[in-house]
Amino acid sequence: MTENPPSPGATIGAAGSAHVGASTLSGGPSLISGASVRRGDRVFRGLSVAASASVLAIMAAIAAFLVSEAIPALAKNDANFLTETKWFPDPSTPGGPVIFGIASLAIDTLVSSLVAMAVAVPVAIGIALFTAYYAPRRLARPLAYLVDLLAAVPSIVYGLWGFFFFKNHLGGLVLWLDRWFGWTGLFHYRPSALPGNQSLFTAGLVLAIMILPIISAISREVFVQVPRQNIEAALALGATRWEMVRISVLPFGRAGVTSASILGLGRALGETLAVALILTQVYDINLHITENGGITFASNIALKIGEAENTGTGALIASGLVLFVITLAVNSVAQLLIRRSNVEA
Amino acid sequence: MATLTSPDLTPVAAALRGQKLPRWAPAALAALGVVLGIGASYGLYGELRTANAVVLSAVLYSAVQTAASFAVEGRRQAVDRLFTTFVYTAFLLAALPLVLILWYTIQRGYHVISGTFLGSSMFLVNPDNAGGGIYHAIAGTLQQTLLSALVAVPLGVLTALYLVEYGGRTRFGRLVSFFVDVMTGVPSIVAGIFVYAAWLIALGFQKSGLAGALALAILMLPIVVRATEEMLKLVPADLREASYALGVPKWRTILKVVLPTALPGIVTGVMLGVARVMGETAPLILLVGTNPKINLNPFSFSQVSANPQTALPTYIWDSFQQAAGNPTHPAAQRAWGAALVLIALIMLLNLVARTIARFARARG
Amino acid sequence: MAKSIDVSDLNIYYGSFLAVEGVSMFIEPKSVTAFIGPSGCGKSTVLRTLNRMHEVIPGARVQGKVLLDGEDIYGSAVDPVNVRRTIGMVFQRPNPFPTMSIYDNVVAGLRLAGRQPRAKLDAIVEKALRGANLWNEVKDRLKKPGASLSGGQQQRLCIARAIAVEPQVLLMDEPCSALDPISTLAIEDLIQDLKGKYTIVIVTHNMQQAARVSDRTGFFNLSAVGKPGRLVEMDDTQRIFSNPTDKRTEDYITGRFG
Repeated sequence: MTENPPSPGATIGAAGSAHVGASTLSGGPSLISGASVRRGDRVFRGLSVAASASVLAIMAAIAAFLVSEAIPALAKNDANFLTETKWFPDPSTPGGPVIFGIASLAIDTLVSSLVAMAVAVPVAIGIALFTAYYAPRRLARPLAYLVDLLAAVPSIVYGLWGFFFFKNHLGGLVLWLDRWFGWTGLFHYRPSALPGNQSLFTAGLVLAIMILPIISAISREVFVQVPRQNIEAALALGATRWEMVRISVLPFGRAGVTSASILGLGRALGETLAVALILTQVYDINLHITENGGITFASNIALKIGEAENTGTGALIASGLVLFVITLAVNSVAQLLIRRSNVEA
Repeated sequence: MATLTSPDLTPVAAALRGQKLPRWAPAALAALGVVLGIGASYGLYGELRTANAVVLSAVLYSAVQTAASFAVEGRRQAVDRLFTTFVYTAFLLAALPLVLILWYTIQRGYHVISGTFLGSSMFLVNPDNAGGGIYHAIAGTLQQTLLSALVAVPLGVLTALYLVEYGGRTRFGRLVSFFVDVMTGVPSIVAGIFVYAAWLIALGFQKSGLAGALALAILMLPIVVRATEEMLKLVPADLREASYALGVPKWRTILKVVLPTALPGIVTGVMLGVARVMGETAPLILLVGTNPKINLNPFSFSQVSANPQTALPTYIWDSFQQAAGNPTHPAAQRAWGAALVLIALIMLLNLVARTIARFARARG
Repeated sequence: MAKSIDVSDLNIYYGSFLAVEGVSMFIEPKSVTAFIGPSGCGKSTVLRTLNRMHEVIPGARVQGKVLLDGEDIYGSAVDPVNVRRTIGMVFQRPNPFPTMSIYDNVVAGLRLAGRQPRAKLDAIVEKALRGANLWNEVKDRLKKPGASLSGGQQQRLCIARAIAVEPQVLLMDEPCSALDPISTLAIEDLIQDLKGKYTIVIVTHNMQQAARVSDRTGFFNLSAVGKPGRLVEMDDTQRIFSNPTDKRTEDYITGRFG
């Protein structure tokens, strides 16, 4: 990876003294410019510090507002927020029980995102390698451009397409998975009716297609930055193309690919409408992932906020807070992984 | 390695040539794979199933090729061929649905688009009838995206400059860097519900374009920071030091040397950020709402009376709700038209950004 | 095990641009050959065609023959991967694999060939590092990253990596240009040691270095910027530096241009 100068502080010092040296040589007037230089630096530095602080402020504000708006609703909850699967935050009769919990939201969100990651990450790395090192040179640029453009297709379009397309074309795969991998439980398909494909598995596939271009576009950016000399070092040793990729490109790109995958995971965890379109809103825990059903944090918020009353809104905000905390945890783990891999390097 | 070579070759020639599958081998094996795949599909199901045959063909092709290569060329070439096949397959696998999506949208969307569709709103149009347009949604999307970029780009670029040029290794710098990464993973719906809680509930404002833009800015900020940071890091330290050695102060070095060098990359990063938020739907459903009338004021967030805007993504969502899954419903057709316009807008933005980047690169 | 190289009528292109024209030369086994000449004359380009690294650059191609002990390395049956396995290369800037330890760098080429017993690898690492005059400096920290070494040490590590696979020929592309004088001296000594086992071709912009280390010297020149480079003269080093045949060589050697 590109290294900063040994220490930013040292560089500033060196630059400063170089400047003083020049002023002394050229005589008096430049002392004044020295002062304005320092003012310019101070202003610039101040602006950049303030901008950085705003990042922390925003994150703190997200946590603070979600917590403060969630607490009243949580206080009224008659069920266990973490283990309850049902979602009835606004009692139908005044004084009736307030019941809501995130168990099914959490499981379904994680399952659909994991399906998406399992499919998307290897394929995305393959695409990135293809556009960076395998495609014929004439095609490489247009194809990379194509992937970039597809990263720009709005998620709602992916969702609509996925809904209409997979409805008709996924049944065979579901039955095949049931036949050969049903024993794992995950792919066991119990209903006698033909698959309707409004399942977590379908949602995961749509999410995978959606996050593919993002992961592969960023991975490719990293892969093409691999210094020429690292690549030539491998080739000069008589490495085949794959060996060159394995010993020069992948180690260099590991951190970048990981952060690209996190970005993809973040989108998959929080994707709302593509998932809301596909899943059939069943507040239940069902690990047979090819069967219809499912409701995620994000789709629940989007679908319920319109009809939510006071407690309902608070309950949705509470679930948003949990989603926020989950993404925070996922990202922290990923960051630790990235840093450890950098230390090894 | 040279064990099977014909005896008249010198040892050097044998070492240089090694054992190679003939040039026609991949094509022949591919043909064999297709034949076997179709055969297997018939064998398993008694009929030709396209998807099945394609998958079986691909699997059989790579298996046979790897085996042949292993036998003739050795392990290293076999592994190389296997991964080459994998990389090509990955691309085809991904390109197929992605291209299909574009095709689907264009096919359904293009005949909806007309001057009326682009130039009028849905005011006084019955959703179940044909007619009406998306002018109000286009205007809303452009205003909201621009507003969010105005907030996020300066903040993001300055933060990246701080991380790379000033305090990246201080405790504060590491904290900021960490939270930028965390922010990258903040789902759009969380940004939406945060602004909902803070702006709509706590402060009591009504839905507006500005509320949507604030949520979009939160989503855009970390993308801009990370992209800018990556590009700034790639500016060689030599360049900075050369500038310092000439006595150029740090802030001028940043403005005149570092930023211009990194500009094409930064533009690409900002472009990705804008592209992402322009298609973002969830927070806008919570914050912008749907207004069939033209409202060109994104700041109409008065606490007293609601006068929301709309945006292309929310318009699409709303139309599909109206169509209730019926693809021939006029609202469904309008939705595909709006989707096509939204994609076109985003791609146009990309093209402009890339042109700028190329121009900057040519000059720099 | 060292091999001869016989180049005939070699034209080297970058896209449609003819960079080097009409090079013919013969390089004896177990000799050191130096390529000298002004910047841009194509000496590095010629070197990179000798193990087919030239074609790694997009659009680059070659016409003509390069025979390694009589076998054309550009023959249609030849695999460039095998060529590079047979002809090792050391680059201008030291380029150890940044994510690998010193040990792993040395055995990188061997590991590609397949799993090897640890004891065998240990022996090869020691032999290669001794061969590169680096063993005593790094034997206690073989697990440290290769990038942690100084520039001169990194370059010797790269030489160790190249000789660990026991190539027939060793190409060196200005191996000392990024190094300090002491490291340069160490590398030059090393070249003398390696000469007994390998055919060595070295590109250098330093005429004293060419005079010190090489048996034969080839002088490359180009008539004008944008024109292709040519091999002007190739002869015993002593003769090139004392009594060159060509006026241009003499002008260059005596420092009248370049």
